[in-house]
Amino acid sequence: MTKESCLSEYDRLEPALPGLRDLRRRAIARFGELGFPTGREEEWRFTDVSPVAERDFPHPDEEPDASEVEELASGPLAKSQLAFVDGLYAPEFSSPPHGVTAESLGDLLDRNPAAVEPFLGRTDGGAFAALNTALFRDGAFVRVPRGTAVAEPLHLIFLSTTRAKPFAAHPRILAVVEEGASIRIAECHAGGTSPHLTNAVVELEVGEGAHVDWSKIQREGPEAYHFATVQVRQARGSVFASHSISLGAALSRNDLGVLLDGEGAECSLDGLYELGGTQLADNHTTIDHAKPHGTSRELYKGILDGRSRGVFDGRIVVRPGAQKTDAIQTNRNLLLSAGALANTKPQLEIFANDVKCKHGATIGKLDPDVLFYLRSRGIGREEAQRLLIHAFACEVLDAVPVAEVRERLEEYLLDLVSRKAGV
Amino acid sequence: MADKTIENLTSQEYRWGFVTDIEAETVPKGLSEDVVRLISAKKGEPAWLLEWRLKAYRHWLTMKEPRWANVHYPPIDYQDIHYYAAPKAKPKNLDEIDPEIRRTYEKLGIPLAEQEMLAGVAVDAVFDSVSVATTFKDKLAKLGIVFCSFSDAVREHPDLVRKWLGSVVPTTDNFFATLNSAVFSDGSFCYIPKGVRCPMELSTYFRINAKDTGQFERTLIIAEEGAYVSYLEGCTAPMRDTNQLHAAVVELVALDDATVRYSTVQNWYPGDRDGKGGIFNFVTKRGRCKGRNSRISWTQVETGSAITWKYPSCILQGENSVGEFYSVALANHRQQADTGTKMIHIGKNTKSTVISKGISAGHGQNSYRGLVQILPGAENARNYSQCDSLLIGDRCGAHTFPRLDVQNPSAQVEHEASTSRIGEDQLFYCRQRGLSTEDAVNMIVSGFCRRVFKELPMEFAVESQKLLAVSLEGSVG
Repeated sequence: MTKESCLSEYDRLEPALPGLRDLRRRAIARFGELGFPTGREEEWRFTDVSPVAERDFPHPDEEPDASEVEELASGPLAKSQLAFVDGLYAPEFSSPPHGVTAESLGDLLDRNPAAVEPFLGRTDGGAFAALNTALFRDGAFVRVPRGTAVAEPLHLIFLSTTRAKPFAAHPRILAVVEEGASIRIAECHAGGTSPHLTNAVVELEVGEGAHVDWSKIQREGPEAYHFATVQVRQARGSVFASHSISLGAALSRNDLGVLLDGEGAECSLDGLYELGGTQLADNHTTIDHAKPHGTSRELYKGILDGRSRGVFDGRIVVRPGAQKTDAIQTNRNLLLSAGALANTKPQLEIFANDVKCKHGATIGKLDPDVLFYLRSRGIGREEAQRLLIHAFACEVLDAVPVAEVRERLEEYLLDLVSRKAGV
Repeated sequence: MADKTIENLTSQEYRWGFVTDIEAETVPKGLSEDVVRLISAKKGEPAWLLEWRLKAYRHWLTMKEPRWANVHYPPIDYQDIHYYAAPKAKPKNLDEIDPEIRRTYEKLGIPLAEQEMLAGVAVDAVFDSVSVATTFKDKLAKLGIVFCSFSDAVREHPDLVRKWLGSVVPTTDNFFATLNSAVFSDGSFCYIPKGVRCPMELSTYFRINAKDTGQFERTLIIAEEGAYVSYLEGCTAPMRDTNQLHAAVVELVALDDATVRYSTVQNWYPGDRDGKGGIFNFVTKRGRCKGRNSRISWTQVETGSAITWKYPSCILQGENSVGEFYSVALANHRQQADTGTKMIHIGKNTKSTVISKGISAGHGQNSYRGLVQILPGAENARNYSQCDSLLIGDRCGAHTFPRLDVQNPSAQVEHEASTSRIGEDQLFYCRQRGLSTEDAVNMIVSGFCRRVFKELPMEFAVESQKLLAVSLEGSVG
């Protein structure tokens, strides 16, 4: 999708896009200024976006194949679920929850744009986020009113179909969790085998003392390009936990930014990327400690096989005055094959003195001593490898709080690992 | 109470600030091909070296000054610098050295004569670009060791210089290294022949003296098969008001089974409390472990300079070669340091260790920037990095930008970093046992830096402790 074709796509779609005319105009102008990032930019050194920048990914015009959608969305509906097919809300596969707002953002913008305008596009998230702001047609709007504890986890399902021509979806999620409220959200991306682009943006407001647990499972098809910009703002005393699992897509990139904008806010960011073939997963995270007494924990783990590449770039910023900040960041990578490559860049930028900040990064293979130990107890080489890889991943998986998601993931991963160890 | 102590401590002025008044021979300000030719002619260099300089100069014209480092300074006017300055009367031996200069060294605590006798150190003292004195030359010559100023080496050992010059840091390497290649004035040259273990610590003392002179040193050390050398470099500079540019290049080569240890204590004028004046220290240092089982070790204590931009690196080419980097960097007042290392693992079973200790005080900004790269052929490579930061006061900053690129699954790479300050409880504990706040801080800091000081040769370790105590004082948060 060249810059020019993005701009003309915007002109083509503009009349049909829901609401926010001014915001979208500013966003497309911003995108025009930035263009697609190149490897010359430090933030994009390892991730070449030319497969996306050199090909057209328009909004799909035809309806998706109903039988494929049926198959993709098979299985029992979760009690609380919103589903989207190729970026558009699919009410037939959705069961909106009670007692809390969770609905199509597109519908809401048609009906009452004033309800969301103050929360949308508040920070500049770079070229892909600007493109999403300009072009998004639909997505989810979630609002948890003050003091409400939502027991049932909310599932946000984004499905892509298989189509003859490449296409794009720019889903947008806006979640506002008010003071003292709590919710668990599972965002899942899965689908089709044809080339497509997912360019998602999530904006999340965590109110004073609120708790949000967000799992993101990316299991897109082998020819998918997945970009996601997630921006979280935490108020005083709030708690935010993220679990970002990247398994699919030819190329995936997550930009996760958390602003601890109130005293005593806590966040924990977990991530797992499990790649093979020529897959590339790039995780960029920024934790911005703007106020005192903040706590952050970050753990990203990578399992890299084939000729895959895992990129981790984590930044922790402690602003002047953010005293008593306590931050720990860890990145561990397991290289399973000679062609796999790990790039990691953990960074600390600290402008306050009374802080405890640590980071650590490791890259290595399975410990031969441990393998030997298992084998000496009669466990075959493959089984031993399988056990160890599984154990490595479990540190992240076990923390996923939504049981059905966790179980499905474990199953998927075990299967993947078995296939790997079998080779 | 504590605040007052800090005030007293941090307000320490630069102790080594003085100007030696000796006549200097200076080339007019500015840089052009003519200046490059003039420098080369003044030094009576052979044609190939002039060609080499000119090639670098022409390439430099096409380059842009790097801006990626986490440091801020006003633009440098490269036409407003003297590219050559030398004390006029050349001494024949130690006794002939200008008494002014000798007194300067004495103030710095390295009286040549005393060092010669007591420490058994051969000093190639560089006073503004031209070697003033070289001691112990004879003793070393008997072993076949060449230790002399760069200009002497060009005259006496042109083949060696020509073979190795630019083999580690090519003329096109980076903006400052290329500038250095074009205009370097002098430096040290050291060659240890096959199987020789250098019997003493070799050292140079760099000083920047003439006003507004950029100092462009070039150091080249070659350790042949099975050789061993430990090299010390120390720097202090007198007080200045305008910023001075220092763009040095150091190249180390270690062949099979050879070991090179390079230690630096850098205490150039850091500027005053408000960040006025001070040295810009933009240095390229790199070692190539060319042979099997070779070893290169960098140890540095960086307490001076307004801005430090320096990444002593190791190219681990030979099988089983070892690279090490031990660093203490201090940024006080308005100092900015962006320093670290690169470990490039090419050969099998290569190992590297990185220990970096950063201390920030006042408005100082200290960044660690590192790269550990394991290339596909580097089977069983191993790296361990640790970089810790200590923060003193609430207006300073400590930053860590490590990068790990691993392309071989048999590699083991570990990186750890932490940032903390001197705890109230630690101070309280010490004070309770009768230590003054100042002593307590010094003790804690010296403990923090211990792993690095341990790597320094004895006399440097002592000097570094003292230096740190002076420049760092004011450690209470």
